[in-house]
Amino acid sequence: MKGTYAVFRKEMSLYFVSPIAYVVVGGFLLLAGFFFQTFLEIIIQQSMRAAMQSMQFGSPFDIDVPGETMRSFFGVCGTILLFVVPMLTMGSYAEERKRGTMELLMTSPLTDMEIVLGKYLAALTLFLIMLLPTALQMFILFRGSDPTPPWRLAVCGYIGVFLLGGSLLAIGQFLSSLTENQIIASVWTFIVFLLLWVLDAAVRGNPQSGIAAVAQYLSVMRHFDTFVRGVMDSTNLIYYFSLIALGLFLTMRSIDSMRWRRA
Amino acid sequence: MIEVENLTKLYGSTPAVDHISFRVEKGEILGFLGPNGAGKTTTMRILTGFLPATDGTARVAGFDVFEKSLEVRRRIGYLPETPPLYPEMRVAGYLDAVARLKQVPAEKRKARVDAAMEMAKVTEKRGELIKRLSRGYKQRVGLAQALVHDPEVIILDEPTVGLDPKQIIEVRHLIKSLAGSHTIILSTHILPEVSMTCDRVVIINRGKIAAVDTPANLTGHLSGGETVAVEIKAAGGKAEAARALLERLPGVRGVTAEPADASGRFTARIECEPGRDLRSRIAEAVVGQGHELYELRASRVSLEDIFLQLTTQEPAEAAPQSRVETVAAGGER
Repeated sequence: MKGTYAVFRKEMSLYFVSPIAYVVVGGFLLLAGFFFQTFLEIIIQQSMRAAMQSMQFGSPFDIDVPGETMRSFFGVCGTILLFVVPMLTMGSYAEERKRGTMELLMTSPLTDMEIVLGKYLAALTLFLIMLLPTALQMFILFRGSDPTPPWRLAVCGYIGVFLLGGSLLAIGQFLSSLTENQIIASVWTFIVFLLLWVLDAAVRGNPQSGIAAVAQYLSVMRHFDTFVRGVMDSTNLIYYFSLIALGLFLTMRSIDSMRWRRA
Repeated sequence: MIEVENLTKLYGSTPAVDHISFRVEKGEILGFLGPNGAGKTTTMRILTGFLPATDGTARVAGFDVFEKSLEVRRRIGYLPETPPLYPEMRVAGYLDAVARLKQVPAEKRKARVDAAMEMAKVTEKRGELIKRLSRGYKQRVGLAQALVHDPEVIILDEPTVGLDPKQIIEVRHLIKSLAGSHTIILSTHILPEVSMTCDRVVIINRGKIAAVDTPANLTGHLSGGETVAVEIKAAGGKAEAARALLERLPGVRGVTAEPADASGRFTARIECEPGRDLRSRIAEAVVGQGHELYELRASRVSLEDIFLQLTTQEPAEAAPQSRVETVAAGGER
């Protein structure tokens, strides 16, 4: 545990002395803010139009502005993560291997698990820090809405984004541990994320087949959508926790194999 | 303190380290000498628990490096060939992070970091970003990193690479001052380093140990006697006559002469019987026959010669190989 904390601390202090964290966090917040603003405007316009129509034709007026905004916002957050996470994880192991500092970690009295957990928790913490300022947007949304939208929607959305990000971080760190080259790591991570993202789209033509069911189950976005809709389903929790566990386990194996392969 | 038995490491089917055995006593400085690719780094990496061995055992402070890897790693300070630095960190911050990784207790951490900086002489650079340091300072921060948890065993892979001559001397002094309370293995391909700092030398070539002995014994064994280097201009350009004269002198075992130039001037190495200083006799004989003597000096066989002799592969000739065996056997007494 002490070892995990030592690795965690080292990682955190490195994040904040290198420009990457600031650039990535800043970029994410910029995009998230931009999309939030855009969605809010579009949806308010739509609701105004709908309100006018309901006055003219007496049709029912039922656009939930804060709910729609939150759903769209969390949905787009998931998409931004696909691009942002590879940049956060590409250096995790690749850079250490290239600099030879992996040798320092691996000859320190640390177990492979302590190294992997320390690094993962640090990335997760940075991710939380990145997510935190978006709460301000939520706060504004909740203040400005009457009646106040259900909390459940925001909480589920955040849990979904957090779990999606957590899984992508675990997978990204694993892919980073396979190479000494950050660029290769980020490209591979991005390709794998895209595949996981579009997995269910590939079988949309034949939704009844067995392969389609498997593909849909494996697609990260499908599970994410449930959270965005405000539904907490244990299947999805289990899915993301298994993905995280798998990523961490593979990273540990990868570190172990470095000992055996290194020439 | 360190016991290595029949240690073997295969990369694929090529052995990087081939059944090597040696021991290092507590407080000793052992030098690892060998050409690049001889297996020095591989051996060190096995000792530090970074690489597993294919076969054989290695123990550090009584713990098997594979079975009790964590115990071994707690007791070892290791400076790899490229110092493992985080360029964006500041010197003191980096050493503090390393101290945490090496699990130095919180109450001792600050003192240990200060002590390590003091020993490696980087205290005045404590607030500097590592990436702004010169090569020599980076190397010394790497050294401080290996010392920060006050390990019993210190393993240094080419510790003086990249340092200027003054820094090299300082680092050698530091290494010598650490001996006694610490057990040290250092690798190098700089020969004077070994003769100056090490108590014992392991000469390693192509994954095999070519010799283990003290630097003094190594030079002694191989030379077997004194050697005198001369430069002579033969009278009348007759270099052959001058050479024959040298060979006839009592106490001379052999003469190796370079080809003479047109004027009959040549250099030669004269091997004398052990314990005999023939310099004045040689001078007398040479000048007495009307030759001109330009240079005359005693030359001991240097570690360079031994190193070359032990590590240059001459498969066609059996002779140098058998001499190697003799020395190796002599070293294990």
